[in-house]
Amino acid sequence: MSEILDNFDLVLRAFWLTIQLAVLSGIASMVLGTLLVAMRIGPVAVLRGIATTYVTLLRNTPLLIIFIFIFIAAPDLGWFVHTPFLVKGVIAVTLYTSAFVCESLRAGVNAVPLGQAEAARAIGMTFGQNLRHVVLPQAFRASVPPLASTLIAMTKNTSVAAVFGLMEATARMRWFTNRYTDDTITIFIVFAIGYIILVEVLSLGSFGLERRWKAAR
Amino acid sequence: MTELGTVGRGPLVTLDHVDKWFGELHVLQDINLTIARGEVVVVIGPSGSGKSTLCRAINRLETIDKGTITLDGQPLPQEGKALAQLRAEVGMVFQSFNLFAHKTILENVMLGPMKVRKQSRADAEKKARELLDRVGVGAQAEKYPAQLSGGQQQRVAIARALAMEPKVMLFDEPTSALDPEMIKEVLDVMVDLAKQGMTMVVVTHEMGFARTAADRVAFMADGRIVEENTPEEFFDNPRSERAKDFLSKILKH
Repeated sequence: MSEILDNFDLVLRAFWLTIQLAVLSGIASMVLGTLLVAMRIGPVAVLRGIATTYVTLLRNTPLLIIFIFIFIAAPDLGWFVHTPFLVKGVIAVTLYTSAFVCESLRAGVNAVPLGQAEAARAIGMTFGQNLRHVVLPQAFRASVPPLASTLIAMTKNTSVAAVFGLMEATARMRWFTNRYTDDTITIFIVFAIGYIILVEVLSLGSFGLERRWKAAR
Repeated sequence: MTELGTVGRGPLVTLDHVDKWFGELHVLQDINLTIARGEVVVVIGPSGSGKSTLCRAINRLETIDKGTITLDGQPLPQEGKALAQLRAEVGMVFQSFNLFAHKTILENVMLGPMKVRKQSRADAEKKARELLDRVGVGAQAEKYPAQLSGGQQQRVAIARALAMEPKVMLFDEPTSALDPEMIKEVLDVMVDLAKQGMTMVVVTHEMGFARTAADRVAFMADGRIVEENTPEEFFDNPRSERAKDFLSKILKH
């Protein structure tokens, strides 16, 4: 018990790295996922094809394999050779998660009544304006629960980075269990609670947004 | 409010040999219709006769398969920016209101002028408040659409269309989704608009409105314009059997 508490700064630092991975990947995934959904529902066939292919490829590939590509295969092609590990981790998680964000948002877009987009077209909005001011804001509101699930899964998925030399929470947990073999239950509980707190923040945030947007839908 | 669309009496909207199919269904059959500036044309007919499709074709919410539609001498652009610009000139009011659900009433009316016409927020807001007052919902400006009655929402939808200063207004069954006691408040706004010289195409079942406000009635059945006449002539002396049959059904009670 005392070992993990004596080294609690290591726990906090590990979770800080997990948070950095999660926040940076979360933001990047939302941006890329939004771009992808705009391509997928847009009028340009080539872009639709690219986005659909992207979603198929990245959603159907295990995250671990994407990590192996970014950390091991890509440097052989001369890519990401000098890229910091944190950035590589964010890239891997983002490539994977953005496909899910795209699909969550697409479900939200489908939930927006057709008349909304028609009304926007009828006042002379272009496709881009229509998406930005009318369709996507409402799609985001409708997508909050699936997006929250996607981001929660993503937060936990950052633990895959433990295998690739990033001393985030899961890597640090393994470090502790290797070192203090008598204390594995306590170590497990401490780290599990850490993840639960992170995920609960996301859940509460999503619940708050749902409540706030209830009237305006 | 300036006089709207009263410059000259030339044709503003022209449909020339327009055909449209929904798969096998020939929904618009050789439609020829000319709407002059300042004219109010009411399109009536049984459901499924193609009147809504006709209305929606005028701002290309429905594409057509044959023929041409021109607005102010210009053929409707196929798509893209040019089509968006044309639509900005054509106000549209839908049966189901279609107010932007995530925006307040005021924002609904301001959005087009700000984003499409690139007006400043202050100008757009001033204009929006004037229009909302004019249609009698100024007091609701800060609310969301879901908090308003159907009649109020439809009046906001009219204000939203007017904010673009359109050359012509299209009404696609604007009162069909309303409770009876709210129909009048919407029709009153439309009658005012007609009196001020707005060019209007109105698809409706409101025969009273057709009688008081229309310059011309176009009666549609089975994808064709069967009869076109002044409202007095049409209602009192319908020429076609189809129109006689339709009128006998709706005017009996």
